[in-house]
Amino acid sequence: MTALLELDGLSKSFGGVRAVKGLSFAVEDGEILGLIGPNGAGKSTLFNLINGVFMPDSGRLRFRGLDITGTPPHRVAKHGLARTHQIVQPLEAMTVIENCMVGACFGRENLPRAQALDTAREAAVFVGLEDRLETTAAHLTIAGKKRLELARALAAQPILLLLDEVLAGLNPTEIAHMIGVIRRLRERGITILMIEHLMQAIMSLSDRIVVLNSGQKLAEGAPAAIANDPAVIEAYLGDPALARELQQGSGDERRAP
Amino acid sequence: MRGGAPGGSAKHAAIVRRPFFWIIALVIAAFAVAPLLGNDVELRESLLLAAVYITLASNLNIMLGYAGYVNFGSIVFFGLGGYLCIYLMGSPGWPLVAAILVAGAGVSLLALLFGLGILRLRGAYFALGTIGVNEAVQAFVSNFDPWGGSSGIYLSTELFQALGGPMQALWSIYFLLVAVMGLSLYLSYAIKSSKFGLGLLAIGQNEDAAAVLGVPTALYKALAYSASAFLPAIAGGLYFFKSAFIQPTDAFDLTFSTEAIVIIMLGGQGTIIGPVLGGYFYEELRGWLLTSETFSHFQLVVAGVLLLLIVLFLPGGLMGWLHGRWPKLRRVLE
Repeated sequence: MTALLELDGLSKSFGGVRAVKGLSFAVEDGEILGLIGPNGAGKSTLFNLINGVFMPDSGRLRFRGLDITGTPPHRVAKHGLARTHQIVQPLEAMTVIENCMVGACFGRENLPRAQALDTAREAAVFVGLEDRLETTAAHLTIAGKKRLELARALAAQPILLLLDEVLAGLNPTEIAHMIGVIRRLRERGITILMIEHLMQAIMSLSDRIVVLNSGQKLAEGAPAAIANDPAVIEAYLGDPALARELQQGSGDERRAP
Repeated sequence: MRGGAPGGSAKHAAIVRRPFFWIIALVIAAFAVAPLLGNDVELRESLLLAAVYITLASNLNIMLGYAGYVNFGSIVFFGLGGYLCIYLMGSPGWPLVAAILVAGAGVSLLALLFGLGILRLRGAYFALGTIGVNEAVQAFVSNFDPWGGSSGIYLSTELFQALGGPMQALWSIYFLLVAVMGLSLYLSYAIKSSKFGLGLLAIGQNEDAAAVLGVPTALYKALAYSASAFLPAIAGGLYFFKSAFIQPTDAFDLTFSTEAIVIIMLGGQGTIIGPVLGGYFYEELRGWLLTSETFSHFQLVVAGVLLLLIVLFLPGGLMGWLHGRWPKLRRVLE
């Protein structure tokens, strides 16, 4: 395995708050890397640094050996990096298929509009939105909007997919469906970096896990090793339920607070 | 067409096969033929103003309806186009067609430069910025001696001789304006059916999400701003050539910009036929108000109240209402 995405000493501050501090790790080609940590650990900030929404104060980002530090989001997308948002960002007045067409037209393949339709439809079907193709995004349920986030990112035909809490707010049936979709994505050879609070899901999906706390890397390793790491348990002490879940490596399918 | 509009013969061929292409052709034909029947000069003058309104609204719609940017100062394109055209036809003695084409291209280029600057602003700040651009340009022109400063430029009416005398010239200007209106509608349509248009619509819905999806937002907004300047500048050239006179207060009159916004809201923002319906009805209403004894001094008050009522009760405008009433219409009438 080779490193697809390398983070090298990445830092970002907002005013006096140092959200990410000298963070280094790598995402290997073909793996699912889980990113966990308490709220405010800097997980979403990290995603925004990776896809160019924020410019890092220091450190480098390399994607497929190419330095992409400070590259604006629309160019990062062209490199084959797509993401979903923790708070869904549908293009409300546009239909499901149109949303996906934006992904297909402006993503890695940079498809002409006429060819984007098939790719867009395929992505929507892949996540299970085949009955909603002509539905306006604003009229989808929360689960539908979560699927749309994923479909739109997929339509871009990414090499690396950043998933920001795609399971949050879903009911157990929807979670099971989404987990199936993520597994099938990996089978297609898409590398995934995912933030998730749902411990059971992330433990079973991830090949490796990186734990963030206060913007720093607390631990990195296989899910089983992470679950038994005293430092990780320590970090979650403010949240005993989560710590217990982590230790047991299982729990009810409920979004952790 | 310059300014990022899609081109290519294959794409155009595809557009010609769609029914909407012919609906636009029908609108143009109606405008061209109606005043000819019975040689109705009064109708022609009313439709001429409607064509100008539709041109302004239709191009403004590219920014407002597609990209979601409210340009309050869109009249600056019209005014600058008028000035460039009148100036070139004056002492340098250019023919009309060359002057309007250069006016269109020049203003479009200038808009690209302005756009790269003020399109960093969003929402209300952008709207204020566009008013600022219009005011700044007006102040500049009012003090620019080669363009006659605040007293403006007069053209010799002898120039109408080149178009077959004053009577014939007015008809020619009318047909040219109708052509410019038609091109505006086709430009709106071509953009809406293109990848560029898809990107603009995405920007209009959620600019940050669009950027993350790969839409080059800054470039697309600047291109849209520039493209939306081309035909209004040409319309300005024709409009002021018709009166053979241009001065800053007429050329950069913000009332016109505001009316264009009312027209878009009335017709339905983001639609292509919306500005046609809005422009026609607004001109009819305006004509009626101006000649009515009760309302003649309150024409703009009525426009304001109309805008308020639309925003409150009919946010999708006439087209939104039609689409809601007959959803199947959405496929035919865009």
